Amino acid sequence: MSRKVHKSKAKSSIENKGVEQDQEKETHKILLVGYPNVGKSVIFNDLTGAYVVVSNYPGTTVAVDRGRTEISGKKVEIIDTPGMYSLLPITEEERVAREILLTEKPSLVINILDAKNIDRMLHLSLQLIETGLPVITVLNMIDEAQAEGMEFDINALEETLRTPVVMTAATKKEGLKELRKVISTALKVGLAPGHIVRLGPEIESTVLKIENLLQGQYPIRKRAVALLLLQKDSDIESLVKQKDPEVFDKVNQIIDDVSEMYARPLDYVITNSRQKQIDKLVDRTVISEGEKPMDLKERINRALIRPSTGIPILIMVILGLYFLVGVNGAGELVDFIEGNIFEDHINPALNGFLNDHVPWEPARGLIGGEFGIITLGLRYAVAIIFPIVGIFFLAFSLLEDSGYLPRLSLLIDRIFKRIGLSGRAVIPMTLGLGCDTMGTLVTRTLETKKEQVLATLLLALAIPCSAQLGVIFGVLSISVLALFTWALVIFIVMLFIGWLGSNLIPGGKPQFFMELPPLRVPKLSNVLVKTYTRMIWYFKEVLPLFIVASVLLWLGDITGMFSSLVRGLEPLMGALGLPGSAAPVFIYGFFRRDYGAAGLYDMSGTLSIAQLTVTAVTLTLFIPCIAQVMMMYKERGKKITLGIIAFIFPFAFFVGYLLNIILTTLGVLI
Amino acid sequence: MNISEEAEEVLESLWISQIEKEKSHFKGDKIDEKTVFEELKDLNLIKQDKNGIRLTTKGKEVAEGVIRRHRLAERLFHDLIHMSKKKMESPACRFEHLLISGEVEEGVCTLLGHPRECPHGRRIPKGRCCRERRQKAGRVIHPLSEIKRGGKGKVIYIQAEDHNTLKKLMAMGILPGRKITLIQKSPSFVFSIGRTQIAVDKEIASSIFVRTE
Repeated sequence: MSRKVHKSKAKSSIENKGVEQDQEKETHKILLVGYPNVGKSVIFNDLTGAYVVVSNYPGTTVAVDRGRTEISGKKVEIIDTPGMYSLLPITEEERVAREILLTEKPSLVINILDAKNIDRMLHLSLQLIETGLPVITVLNMIDEAQAEGMEFDINALEETLRTPVVMTAATKKEGLKELRKVISTALKVGLAPGHIVRLGPEIESTVLKIENLLQGQYPIRKRAVALLLLQKDSDIESLVKQKDPEVFDKVNQIIDDVSEMYARPLDYVITNSRQKQIDKLVDRTVISEGEKPMDLKERINRALIRPSTGIPILIMVILGLYFLVGVNGAGELVDFIEGNIFEDHINPALNGFLNDHVPWEPARGLIGGEFGIITLGLRYAVAIIFPIVGIFFLAFSLLEDSGYLPRLSLLIDRIFKRIGLSGRAVIPMTLGLGCDTMGTLVTRTLETKKEQVLATLLLALAIPCSAQLGVIFGVLSISVLALFTWALVIFIVMLFIGWLGSNLIPGGKPQFFMELPPLRVPKLSNVLVKTYTRMIWYFKEVLPLFIVASVLLWLGDITGMFSSLVRGLEPLMGALGLPGSAAPVFIYGFFRRDYGAAGLYDMSGTLSIAQLTVTAVTLTLFIPCIAQVMMMYKERGKKITLGIIAFIFPFAFFVGYLLNIILTTLGVLI
Repeated sequence: MNISEEAEEVLESLWISQIEKEKSHFKGDKIDEKTVFEELKDLNLIKQDKNGIRLTTKGKEVAEGVIRRHRLAERLFHDLIHMSKKKMESPACRFEHLLISGEVEEGVCTLLGHPRECPHGRRIPKGRCCRERRQKAGRVIHPLSEIKRGGKGKVIYIQAEDHNTLKKLMAMGILPGRKITLIQKSPSFVFSIGRTQIAVDKEIASSIFVRTE
């Protein structure tokens, strides 16, 4: 999901009529900073003319996006940071965001707020202003706030905060011109320092004492450094240790003394005191009608989160996904592209062409034939995977933009706790149903290391990706019992391994907390662009690997290694009750999970229902695809990745073996 | 033991200086009234050496009780009668002496949900009732997990076991003084605060203390 955004020619709304002909060589850095889910990425896209994924849940931006553009003839680099709640980071993403703030030396910090929640979000604003960096305050989603009867006195806000304040409704493109104008002015003439909120005599006098002791050069104002020190921020502590080693102990002594006067940690004391100031500030500048009325949106919300209605809705959503992805995508679309286009037209034509014009057999095999780049690699990618994954991503985009997923996570939290995860893990796990590689990437939004490892394990083991799922639905749809058996086995494995893992992997119990974003009607354009972007991402990951896999299989075929590998696997196939001809499917599975599933689709005519079920189960559990292993390696490191693979490989075959014995003994599904 | 109100005030100052600020001695001249000094000395609550005055072990114990009652009184005025911190000081000073009987003191403490800090953020020494985590009918301050569905209230304080939970709650803007409405209790707790709805598990819900309307 993280991409470098290319230089774009997004033009700024005001041209600065050639006054500054000699453009400054330096590039101004502009940071977009704000709470999660306030629309930073939408504004980023508008400012740079690029596209990064925008969703309706917190934590979409897991990586940092950078885009270059020009504003009033000045070169700027816009940096979209992950959401942060305060300058004091809790999660890894927040740490990343603050790191950027401290190290990038921005010319401007654009602080984006959800206008409805200004009373909460001003916490970060005040802290940003405190750093001494030049800040522009943006009240985004102003349309939603106004719809709830809120009014803002912008002049009063500007006077109190002493920063420019801009109101925007970024998804409707409202206020963005104004924002560019303000950015442009700020780049030209600079910004005066913002307003510093005082936090009570005891804290203030301590801050002053520390400020006076600090002599080093800091990227932010010493007041902000002192406050972060008071709040026991370990990164800042090591920064001070490095820059001001001689006073470090003295500073600590001061902090210990003042800490002892309070029963609660100083960050709590400081935050409370800041909140009091914010309440006063909001009282002066914002008019809001009391409580939100119980409107249709709220009624739908209640229906989604109450178990008596929420669970039936969840079942309907799952069935809807099944029909859309499994029946329409995997069934009809695949049949059409694969059967009508490839089998009937492309493959025969290509093979005919190769036979006529390419005299050397191995070369023919590289392109066409059984393992050719086009007949196997491209066909699998385009005909089987593309329609299924595409439709899944489309459905997923609809779900995420509506705000359904966080509501699903609260319904499912208690069940997830049993397997050592919190409801938060619903997002990577559901995304994993689309593409496990993408799901693995998103596990970094989980809070504890333990949850991250467990989610990575379950994604690798028990969560089938959409391509796999689609093919399995397609192949097993001949028997409801077979489909049910498959689902039951996978579900039991997931619960059992999750439960086992949560007891074996060290670490505390996960906690669940999730902000529920407002329900929104998904915007078609956003859904389509997002699906498109994800497809591009997917294809960049998939297509090269498919082609490499075809080449490797071709190599294996002409060198005879492939057939000896198949022979080597035959006893293993025998143990699963499968014919030797099923071995290639498992070899494909090495290269990509979905590739193996697609191979299964190819040979579904030759196996019995029981054999198909065993194959489907083993393939689902079997090692993750190459791309996913690479992502696991990147996110979790070598030790955990190797550990997971070493466990999954024998375990998948063991479950397949067991299932075969059970099915044969019971004499079902034959 | 019967101690005069003046003597109790002196004990309080001594305790704050010696225990909270960790100063070794108290300058003797700060105790103006000879009688108070004599009284405390007679009761074996303070001792004097050349550097000044210190609390005895017994004195510390008694002073801790006075501090506890004073800060409980502050909480009572602040949380239940919404007095400002400035205004509550003088009634709290007088009220603390009325909490003298253990039963009243523990009753007030339980009523308030065994708070750990005064409105200024200073520690309230624990009483027997806190250690036993006694629950009595008639409490007005409850953890969010114990109020009924649809209940409304104001956050009074957050009492999280570990610091990380506290940080999370603060980050989400769950802070004393903010209005809160409990929307649902199962399968997860869902509440609205300001214009945001937040879902949490039971553990987090039990660390948010609310005075219901």
